[in-house]
Amino acid sequence: MSTTQILIAGFGGQGILFSGKFLAYKGLMEDKNVSWLPSYGPEMRGGTASCSVIISDSPVGSPIVSTPDVLVAMNLPSLDKYEDAVVPGGTIFVESSLIERKVKRTDVNVVYIPATKLASENKIDTLANMIMTGKLLETLGMYTDEGVRAALGKVVSAKRADMLEVNVGALELGKNY
Amino acid sequence: MADKALMKGNEAIAEAAIMAGCRFYFGYPITPQTEIAAYMAKRMPKIGGTFLQAESEVAAINMVYGVASTGMRVMTSSSSPGISLKAEGLSYLAGADLPSLVVNVQRGGPGLGGIQPSQSDYFQATRGGGHGDYHMIVLAPASVQEMADMTVKGFDLADKYRMTAMVLADGTMGQMMEPVSLDIKPSDPIEKPWAVTGTQKARKHNIINSLSLVPEELEQLNIARYERYKLIEENEVMYEEYMMDDAEYCIVAFGIAARVSKNAIVEARKQGIKVGLIRPITLWPFPKKPLLAAADKVKAFMSVELSMGQLIEDVQIATQFKKPVHLCNRVGGMIVTPEQVLAKIKEISENGGAK
Repeated sequence: MSTTQILIAGFGGQGILFSGKFLAYKGLMEDKNVSWLPSYGPEMRGGTASCSVIISDSPVGSPIVSTPDVLVAMNLPSLDKYEDAVVPGGTIFVESSLIERKVKRTDVNVVYIPATKLASENKIDTLANMIMTGKLLETLGMYTDEGVRAALGKVVSAKRADMLEVNVGALELGKNY
Repeated sequence: MADKALMKGNEAIAEAAIMAGCRFYFGYPITPQTEIAAYMAKRMPKIGGTFLQAESEVAAINMVYGVASTGMRVMTSSSSPGISLKAEGLSYLAGADLPSLVVNVQRGGPGLGGIQPSQSDYFQATRGGGHGDYHMIVLAPASVQEMADMTVKGFDLADKYRMTAMVLADGTMGQMMEPVSLDIKPSDPIEKPWAVTGTQKARKHNIINSLSLVPEELEQLNIARYERYKLIEENEVMYEEYMMDDAEYCIVAFGIAARVSKNAIVEARKQGIKVGLIRPITLWPFPKKPLLAAADKVKAFMSVELSMGQLIEDVQIATQFKKPVHLCNRVGGMIVTPEQVLAKIKEISENGGAK
């Protein structure tokens, strides 16, 4: 029985909630128990936005992730706020083109990805979140081609079907980084 | 599980209401429940229903009164300050014996308070909310699936007993997404011979009214209403027992607080502390019997709630003060953590339950 508690945090507008929803759907389609809880309120406007995602073999108790197994920090305030909350042995994914400092903890795994820079170089400026997510899935051994496509099918609106391949591209970019 | 969709709790309420046959929604936006109104605004016009953003909460609840008088299923939703504004209307609905569904996705108070989750409208909900002797049926979902299921149940109970059913949720329940299955068939419509539907000159006029100036008659109306309440207390109590079989300590919590408590219970049991949970699903009627039965078995109770100590009073009343009842809480939009609940469980068990 395993449970993965993921906390994704960054600025409003970085696609924090979207990548969380994608991960939750991916879990759902693999018959896992999942929950997704956004931060809501004034902090979404310009400050920190965050989103708790739990993927578990057993029913999800509290949907609030206060001690994440996995932290995705998309900006410095998020890393400052949540670095200490990560469980020992957990993993922190750091957006290293926006966060200049290194992770201080020595009891966690750290993965640095300059996702915003990569997105910009590949002309997919809005998809740094999915580059991070691709790397996350690869690192946690959760990346499958059919899995990500099926989940994207649920979160990319039918009207923007062209965005599906673009998202796959971003995920692969992260996976192969 | 693949046939399930991920939905926000608020959206699940809205879709379930539509599937339960509700075609009238009146509301006024307020965080953290605005998705209900937004969903209704999108869907209702497509299915021949009515979505109306009223000029105020007071107007919305009186529109509910109007539609309920015709016997049609109708609802409104709001969050804490907005529910206070509706309180007069809730009392009038009770006085006129009208069925309706009201959703309160609670936020921290009092006053305008904050917008983060809370359970501090417990007293207001379970004691009726407005003036006069009356109750609402109060349903407390603890998952997105239950947000949908309790909405349907609420409509059915409201019709059955001619009263308001309230779904009492909180900001986390409204905002979170979970898998939900909406395999809902509307229940058979209940005859409403009292409804104002036009006489077709074939019967006497029905009159919907909450004014009764003859004290002898008003007393009888109150007594008759409480006879119905007695039936509800006997027949409609819902609760969940979790790891109670061998429990020495019993947590009582509903909604998000119950979810957090379950995490703490799993952890406490790993450390050898036998603790379980009784989760009221109906807050009124309150699950008095299972709590009283538990009072003979456990050493102590602990009320876990997002209020300054409201639920705890019902636990004390239900258990007739037979065992100590401890309080573990956060308020103002803060949420209890599994760690906090676990620490309190340990503290209580180290003292053998004593306060």
